[in-house]
Amino acid sequence: MQRSFIAKNPSVLIFLACLALFTLIVTVLSEGLGLGMISTSFIKTLGKTLCLCLIAVAMDLIWGFTGILSLGHFAFFGLGGYMIGMWLMYERTRLIVVESLSQAEIPPTSSEVVDAIGNQIFGVVGASEFPLIWAFADSLFLQLLLVVLVPGLLALVFGWLAFRSRVTGVYLSILTQAMTLALALYLFQNDSGLRGNNGLSGLQNLPGVEASQDVVSLWFLWASALALGLGYLLAAWVVSGKFGSVIRGIRDNEARVRFLGYSVETYKLMIFTLTACIAAIAGALYYPQAGIINPAEIAPIASIYLAVWVAIGGRGRLYGAVIGAAFVSLLSTWFTGGQAPDIPLGFYTIKWVDWWLVLLGLSFVAVTLFAPKGMGGLVDLWTQARAPNRHGADLGPDDSALREQEASK
Amino acid sequence: MSTLLEVSGVSVTFDGFRAINNLSFQIGEAELRAVIGPNGAGKTTFMDIVTGKTKPDEGRVIWGEKSVSLLKMSEAKIAQAGIGRKFQKPTVFEDQTVQENLLMALKKPRGWLSVLSYRAKPEDLDKVAELAKEIGLIDELTRKSGELSHGQKQWLEIGMLLAQEPRLLLVDEPAAGMTPQEREHTTDLLLEAAKTRAVVVVEHDMEFVRRLNCKVTVLHEGSVLAEGSLDHVTSNQEVIDVYLGR
Amino acid sequence: MLRLFLASLALLLSCVTASAEEGAIQPLLQEHREVIAKSSRKTIGPAIDAIANSSLPQAQTMLETWAAKSMWMRKSDGRFFVGEKADSKNYRLIDFDTGEVVGTFPKKELKQLKPNSGVRALIGTALVQFQLLDEDRAKRQAALTSIQRDPEAALLTPLRASIEQEPDAGLKAQKQRLERLLTIGYDADPAARIAAIEEMSGDLGVDVRATLNPLVATTRDVTPGAVPEGVNVAANLTPGEEGFSEAEAYDLLVTKGFAPARVTPDEVRLALAENIEGGTVGGVPVAQLDKDDARVRAYAALAEAGTVSPLVNPADIQAALAAHAFFETYAEPIVEVTTAAQDALDNIALKVGVNQTLDLTLDALSLASIYFLAAIGLAITFGVMGVINMAHGEFIMMGAYTGYVVQQIIPDHTVSIIVAIPLAFAVTFAAGVAMERLVIRWLYARPLETLLATFGISIALQQLAKNIFGTQARPLTAPGWLDGAWVLNDVVSISYIRIAIFILALIFLGVFLFIMKRTRLGLETRAVTQNPAMAASMGINPGRVNMLTFGLGSGIAGIAGVAIGLFAKVTSELGSDYIVQSFMTVVVGGVGNIWGTLAGATMIGFLQKGIEWLNPSNTLAAQTYMIVFIIIFIQFRPRGIIALKGRAAGD
Repeated sequence: MQRSFIAKNPSVLIFLACLALFTLIVTVLSEGLGLGMISTSFIKTLGKTLCLCLIAVAMDLIWGFTGILSLGHFAFFGLGGYMIGMWLMYERTRLIVVESLSQAEIPPTSSEVVDAIGNQIFGVVGASEFPLIWAFADSLFLQLLLVVLVPGLLALVFGWLAFRSRVTGVYLSILTQAMTLALALYLFQNDSGLRGNNGLSGLQNLPGVEASQDVVSLWFLWASALALGLGYLLAAWVVSGKFGSVIRGIRDNEARVRFLGYSVETYKLMIFTLTACIAAIAGALYYPQAGIINPAEIAPIASIYLAVWVAIGGRGRLYGAVIGAAFVSLLSTWFTGGQAPDIPLGFYTIKWVDWWLVLLGLSFVAVTLFAPKGMGGLVDLWTQARAPNRHGADLGPDDSALREQEASK
Repeated sequence: MSTLLEVSGVSVTFDGFRAINNLSFQIGEAELRAVIGPNGAGKTTFMDIVTGKTKPDEGRVIWGEKSVSLLKMSEAKIAQAGIGRKFQKPTVFEDQTVQENLLMALKKPRGWLSVLSYRAKPEDLDKVAELAKEIGLIDELTRKSGELSHGQKQWLEIGMLLAQEPRLLLVDEPAAGMTPQEREHTTDLLLEAAKTRAVVVVEHDMEFVRRLNCKVTVLHEGSVLAEGSLDHVTSNQEVIDVYLGR
Repeated sequence: MLRLFLASLALLLSCVTASAEEGAIQPLLQEHREVIAKSSRKTIGPAIDAIANSSLPQAQTMLETWAAKSMWMRKSDGRFFVGEKADSKNYRLIDFDTGEVVGTFPKKELKQLKPNSGVRALIGTALVQFQLLDEDRAKRQAALTSIQRDPEAALLTPLRASIEQEPDAGLKAQKQRLERLLTIGYDADPAARIAAIEEMSGDLGVDVRATLNPLVATTRDVTPGAVPEGVNVAANLTPGEEGFSEAEAYDLLVTKGFAPARVTPDEVRLALAENIEGGTVGGVPVAQLDKDDARVRAYAALAEAGTVSPLVNPADIQAALAAHAFFETYAEPIVEVTTAAQDALDNIALKVGVNQTLDLTLDALSLASIYFLAAIGLAITFGVMGVINMAHGEFIMMGAYTGYVVQQIIPDHTVSIIVAIPLAFAVTFAAGVAMERLVIRWLYARPLETLLATFGISIALQQLAKNIFGTQARPLTAPGWLDGAWVLNDVVSISYIRIAIFILALIFLGVFLFIMKRTRLGLETRAVTQNPAMAASMGINPGRVNMLTFGLGSGIAGIAGVAIGLFAKVTSELGSDYIVQSFMTVVVGGVGNIWGTLAGATMIGFLQKGIEWLNPSNTLAAQTYMIVFIIIFIQFRPRGIIALKGRAAGD
């Protein structure tokens, strides 16, 4: 028991090594620095995939380990993106405005500059005034802080309300879905202050950076890889100790944990908030690579896809979530990008752009039914570390939380 | 002998059905008590009320020297105050090792921050080993508790209760589904525990109760029918009519 | 001016005179040839008036011909005729006065008169007096509509004159009502107007409000010193008080020419830019002009030098405001009329308010029944069986598409709906049974897994629908007898489709209660729900019961789909639009209780309409606030409005 954290969790080391190797190879093969075998747009796709892996780790923490099927984590992801997007858009517009105003005979006052930025940004929704929520948009530091604070606070308030009233299981899932829907609908309004369904755009341009997108995309790839590595390490550390025991206990038998004297609600709230913050950071790295964020990104369906990735990858193990997110999202890009070859059946040609979602939906059903351990289960076969037969009911990581209680209804 | 827990005049109704009816109950420190009664007598509901799972419609539940009311406290707070509970069905965390189970139960700060930064110290591990020895699971420390036999799980749960170092132990049918040898071991565990704390055992099995050799409370239709030594209550005509006679 | 002219002409009309020479219209047309040939809304007025008031029998025909773009001018002599197409190049010309064919001329010798829409409107107004007495009822009706659209003082007299001779009772009532409205607006006698106002003061019609509102419309005005006599003052205003800021007051002064305009920051900047001399403006270096106070200093220096007009400072503004009286005046000069109109409007507003509440209630009820319809299937699968079916919305969609397909085969809408309802039930029942057998029954103990697996099915079904039917919306047309609306008055109305859906919801409620309480299946379902093991030992086959119950819930979703498809667009996303609200309905109402679902649907329906009423421009915000409200509501009643209590509720 006194061995070091890494020694106890060799998978963490393996994962970090793989991640580092992957980043290195991609860097060498990239257009920006190396051989030019990987296009910049694909680098961006890979960088985005790393961000999706990070939010999948967060999802695994909250669902695979704590047993809360949150259908709201993409809301936090999107909020993180919005927060960083506000600064990116403000700063970039400011540079353009200052540039154009400097041509004028009279140097502009600061309020004239702000008015001009407001006109530029909010012209599409027929406004020009800066809403209150943009108060800190001129400061990168504050806005970075908000990346964590805003989603964290939302998670804290929502979680406090939900957990306090002991909403569990599917009810909680539906409630989180409703929260996501409410947020998305709110942001769709033009007077939400975040440009309605236009969203924030032009985020791929870093203000004040001269370097080309080839290089910038690499920076973001590195940042995403670093964030994923750190996030993975943090998640592994959290679940390795007694805290991990407690949250897994909550997943398997909430009431028992309560009678051991642990305040289940506080633990749930903390893990919910922590994962929300991780999701927000992932979002803040994702959207500058995507270039645009709009409320459609937050729609409940996105959060459900997140659950799909984690389920396909394998719940209750962090690398499973990463594998699932990377595999399914890259496959999805491949299929929907039109790269997959069509299958002619003579009377009908299967176009994958149309049929990919059908395939995904059905294979997801199949995974749920036949391979509840997901792709992570393959690793079990490989390491021969198969769980011996158990005498009691299977309350392992591959069952949903609270099985006994809900099942006994 | 000072009173540790005092339940007085408690009633609770489910959909018009009175599960507990003006129940009063007392137990002192370091006392072993058996609670018996027919099905539906309110034994489990009684435990639910003491541990905070069910809120009674009326009555008082007073705890400890400072006479705090347990009615306004959450389950976790009540557990932290020193009331441990063992469920009828063995409920251990099957996905985790025996050691992890015991470590989780060990009396330590329960706040999330201290738990997050907690890493087991040698003395904690010694304590766990000692407990494991007591419940006869020293060789199973690193096994997943889901792999244990039914009886071992019961002991593990008792071990977890002891690790909590509660001042009052509520034990629901500990001997159910055990072999005679296992029962004997369980009896020893409970008798040992009762030397330093209060233990309430809910049990159906008269033989097991007799072996505990303690004061007995008979519940019937949500209130106390009789109280005293086993011989005393078994000779009570009312008890025979409603419970033993059937 | 025009009005006066028309009025005098109208008077002339009443005393019949043969003013036109020899009863021919052509000379009159020639008199106005230039404006007619080059007709423009601005100049054509006198010409039309002259024709209309000529009291010539041909005038009506001529005006109609003109408006219908069938009037042609012969280029050679500038005379106007009715033109008829003889062949592709030639037109036959008919004289207005004689009605005889003048001859056939090649098109290039003629000019067709194409009055623009503005001119046609004027012609229309002029035609009204003829049409009001026309023999054709439709024409009289059209004339009334035209007056309603474009009321004028000149029309009052012909309208009054036409009431007596009106044979049709319905039209007569319309004419009388219109006469009252025109009296309010245009009668010369104030007493008659007030009487008319009082007569109409309880009326809910939009037209009454449209007539009264201009009477009480106010304009802001300002005068130095005291308010002059003889002005119909609505209110005296004090700058800086509610709804009338000092800035607005000063702007009013500026527009009226009582005060100098303020120099805006933009003007300051432009003025400074114009007066740069050797890198400085008014002695201030240009580089320093990025601060407001530096700009003010520089501008003040320029003003001192007389190059620009001086800034207006706050003290000047205050002084100017204090020296003037601000007030609001009615456009209508007669005090009694405005008072009566205001009273009538207040009276109407009260009635409108009451009726709007009624209308809102009906809307909310209708929305509630839609939610109830969408949720009732869920109330069975989720509420009774505890199975969470994310593909429920797709079953609704399947029902709607079934309706669409049936309509493609059976063109008669009534028959097709009658066929579609049981067919939709059959299709979704089968789909539900298949899904239960293939997927859900393996997952009964694992609700979160059920949620995910059914979600997978939902994605697949949605995409499948997209592949089959495409992404654009498909129409599901209601039978003709469901078109239109039940109109109570001008404020309260509800469409027949919504009433039908309300009735359908009631029928479903009845069917559900009947099945659950009175049939073997209901009994077995309740038994299996409460204790599957016990039910099985009593000889009930839980598998069969679950299958049938699930099929029933799905089938009802299919029927709901047909109903929803009748008023919403049928797309592959139809179901997902309703799924969250449906779950909310069931959860808010209380799981496992149909009355709870009813209460939940009612609450959500009323809530959504209520919020929309508070903020009508923004249905998105309404939905947002509603969901937030529901999240908070669950805090206080985690088990819904109608909760199961006690041990049965469990944890």
